[in-house]
Amino acid sequence: MDALLHQIFSGIASGGIYAGLALALVMIYQSTGHINFAQGEMAMFSTYIAWELIDYGTPYWGAFFLTIVFAFAAGVAIERLVIRPFHNLPVIALIIVFIGLLVVVNSTASWIFGTTLKTFPSPFPSEPLWNNHYISNHELGSIGVVLIIVAILFVFFRYTTLGLAMRAVAENPISSRLVGIRVSWMLALGWGLAAAIGAVSGMLVAPILYLDSSMMGGVLIYSLAGAILGGLDNPWGAAVGGFIIGIMENVLGAYVIGTQLKFSVALIVIVVVLLLRPAGLFGRTVVTRV
Amino acid sequence: MAEQVKTSTTSTVAGQPLSSVPLVKSATAQIQAVPLPRRLVGARAWGIGAIVVIGALLPFALQNFYIFQLTLAMVYAIALIGLNMLVGYNGQVSLGHGALYAIGAYIAAILMNSYDWPYWLSVLPAGVVCLVFGYFFGLPALRLSGHYLALASLALAVTTPQVLKHKALEQWTGGFSGIVLSKPEVPFGLPINQDQWIYFFVYAIMLVLFLGAYNLLRGRIGRAMIAIRDQPIAAEAMGINSAIIKTSTFGVSAFYTGVAGALSAIVVQFVSPDSYDFFLSITLLVGIAVGGFATISGAIYGALFILLVPNFAGELSKSAPWAIYGVLLILVMYFLPTGFAGFVRMIGQRLSAMFTR
Repeated sequence: MDALLHQIFSGIASGGIYAGLALALVMIYQSTGHINFAQGEMAMFSTYIAWELIDYGTPYWGAFFLTIVFAFAAGVAIERLVIRPFHNLPVIALIIVFIGLLVVVNSTASWIFGTTLKTFPSPFPSEPLWNNHYISNHELGSIGVVLIIVAILFVFFRYTTLGLAMRAVAENPISSRLVGIRVSWMLALGWGLAAAIGAVSGMLVAPILYLDSSMMGGVLIYSLAGAILGGLDNPWGAAVGGFIIGIMENVLGAYVIGTQLKFSVALIVIVVVLLLRPAGLFGRTVVTRV
Repeated sequence: MAEQVKTSTTSTVAGQPLSSVPLVKSATAQIQAVPLPRRLVGARAWGIGAIVVIGALLPFALQNFYIFQLTLAMVYAIALIGLNMLVGYNGQVSLGHGALYAIGAYIAAILMNSYDWPYWLSVLPAGVVCLVFGYFFGLPALRLSGHYLALASLALAVTTPQVLKHKALEQWTGGFSGIVLSKPEVPFGLPINQDQWIYFFVYAIMLVLFLGAYNLLRGRIGRAMIAIRDQPIAAEAMGINSAIIKTSTFGVSAFYTGVAGALSAIVVQFVSPDSYDFFLSITLLVGIAVGGFATISGAIYGALFILLVPNFAGELSKSAPWAIYGVLLILVMYFLPTGFAGFVRMIGQRLSAMFTR
C-alpha cells in the first residue's frame, strides 16, 4: 500500500510537469489550430537562459521572470519570422517547418551551452513538508504553479476581451478580421504565451531531470498524450489529462507492464482516446457543416 | 518521370476558414498544369531511358563507398515513394513509417538469421507482412485526419523500438544488440564485387517498384486517391469507396516501406532497435516534403537530400550540423513549397514554353 501511494504521488508530481507543457501545446492549438512539435525544445532553450542568468548571480525569482519575458519575446519572434510566411501553405508543410524548428533549437542549444548535464536549482525548500516521504516540496510547488497557470489562463480566456479575441481568431479568422481583430498579432500573442508557459514548465522540470538538450523529448510525448486525453481545446482538460498520464505512467509502469514499456503507455492512450473520443475527455465536439 | 495529374485539384483557399486549407496540395495545383507538347513527350521518354541506363552504368565508375551510398539512397527512394503515396497522393499524414521500415528490416533479418532463408527470398515476405500490418493500421486511421493521424502514427513510431527491445522477443530480435547479417555473395560467378552486386539487386527492385507505382498512381486508383485527398465528400458522391481506397493505400504504402526496410537490412547487414527511432520517421517525411508531395520523381531527390545533406551540413559546420540541416529544411519549404520535383517541372515548363513559342 505504501509503495502504491508512493507511485501515485510521484505520478502526480510528474503529471504536474506534463500538465505544464500540455498547457503550452493547448495555447498554440487554441489560437492557431496547430500542434507545435518544437514546443518542448523551445522550453528547454528558455531553461538554459534561466540557468545562465542564475549562473551570473541573478536571484532565482528574478531569473524566473526574466526568462518568462525572454520566452514570450522569442515565441512572438518565431511566429512572426518563421511561422508567419507559411500561413497559406498546407498543414503538412507546417509540420515540416515545426520539425525543422525542433532540430534547429535543439542543436543550437547543445552548441551554445554544451552537452554536459547541468543541475538546476529549485526555489522551494528541500526539507519536505510535515516530514512526509511521499512528495517533495519541489513537486508540491510545481503542482501549485501549474494550477495557478491554469487558473490565470481560464480567467484570461473567459473574462478578458483579449482572450475572447484570441478565441474568435481560432474559431474563424476571416470573420474575426472583419470585426476588426488584428488576426496576425493574435496568433503571435498565442505563440508568445505558449512559449512563456513552456518556459515555466521547463524550469520546473529541470531540477528533477537535470538540464540537458534532450531533456524535453520524452516530456513532450507524455504532454501530447495528456493534452489529447483532456481535450486540445480546453486548458483545464489538458492539465487534468497531464496528471492522469503521469499517474498511469508510474502505476502501470511499476505494476502492470514494467518500466521497459513505460513509454508505450502514453502512446496507447493517445491512440485509444483518438479512436473512442477524439475531442478528449473534456473537449468540445466540433460539428462542421459540409 | 514527371507526371501530370489532370484531375482538378482544389486551389480555392481564399474564401474558406484556415482550418479547411487542404492538407496537401499537389505540385500541379500551384504550378499551372500545362500538358507537355507532343514532341516533348517523346523527348521525356528518352530522358528517362537515359537516366535508367546511366543508373546501371554508375557502379562501374564509382568507388565502393559511393556505390554503397547510392544503394542506400535507392532504398530510401523506395520507402519515400511508398510514403508519398499515402501522404502526398492520399492526404493521410503518417509519422509512423519508420516503424514499418523497422518491421520490414526485422522480418528480413530474422528470416535470414534464424531460419537461414537466402537474402533475395526474404524481401517479399517482409513486404507482405507490412502490407497486412499497414492495412490493419489503416482501419483506425479512417477515423482520424490531419494532426490526429500524425500523432497516432507517431505513437507507432515511438513504440516499435521499445517492443523490439523487449525480452519476450529477444530470442529472435537479439534485444538491444540487434542482429548482424552476412554480406550477400555475388551469384553466377559474375565479374563484379559484392557492393556492385547489391547495387544491381536494389536497382532492379527499385525499377520494378517505381514502374508499379507509376502505373498505380497514373491510373484509375491513383485518381481516386487524389480525389479523396482533395474533395472527400465529392469523391464519395462520385462512387469512390473511400474506406477501401484509404486502407488499401495504407497497405500498399506499408508494402513499399517494408520492402525498403528489408533491403536496408541486406545493404547495411545489421539491424538494431536504435537505428529505427522516431527520427527515421521524421527523416522520411522530410524526404517527401523536400522531394515534392504527390510526385514520383520527388522520391529520388528526397532520398539524395536525406542521405547527403546531413553529411554536407557536417562539413559546413562541425559544431552544429543539425542546426544547418534544420535551417536548410525550413528554407527549402519556403522557397520550394512543391519540392525539388515541382522546381524541376517548373524549369521544364519554362523551357518547353520557350521552345514551342
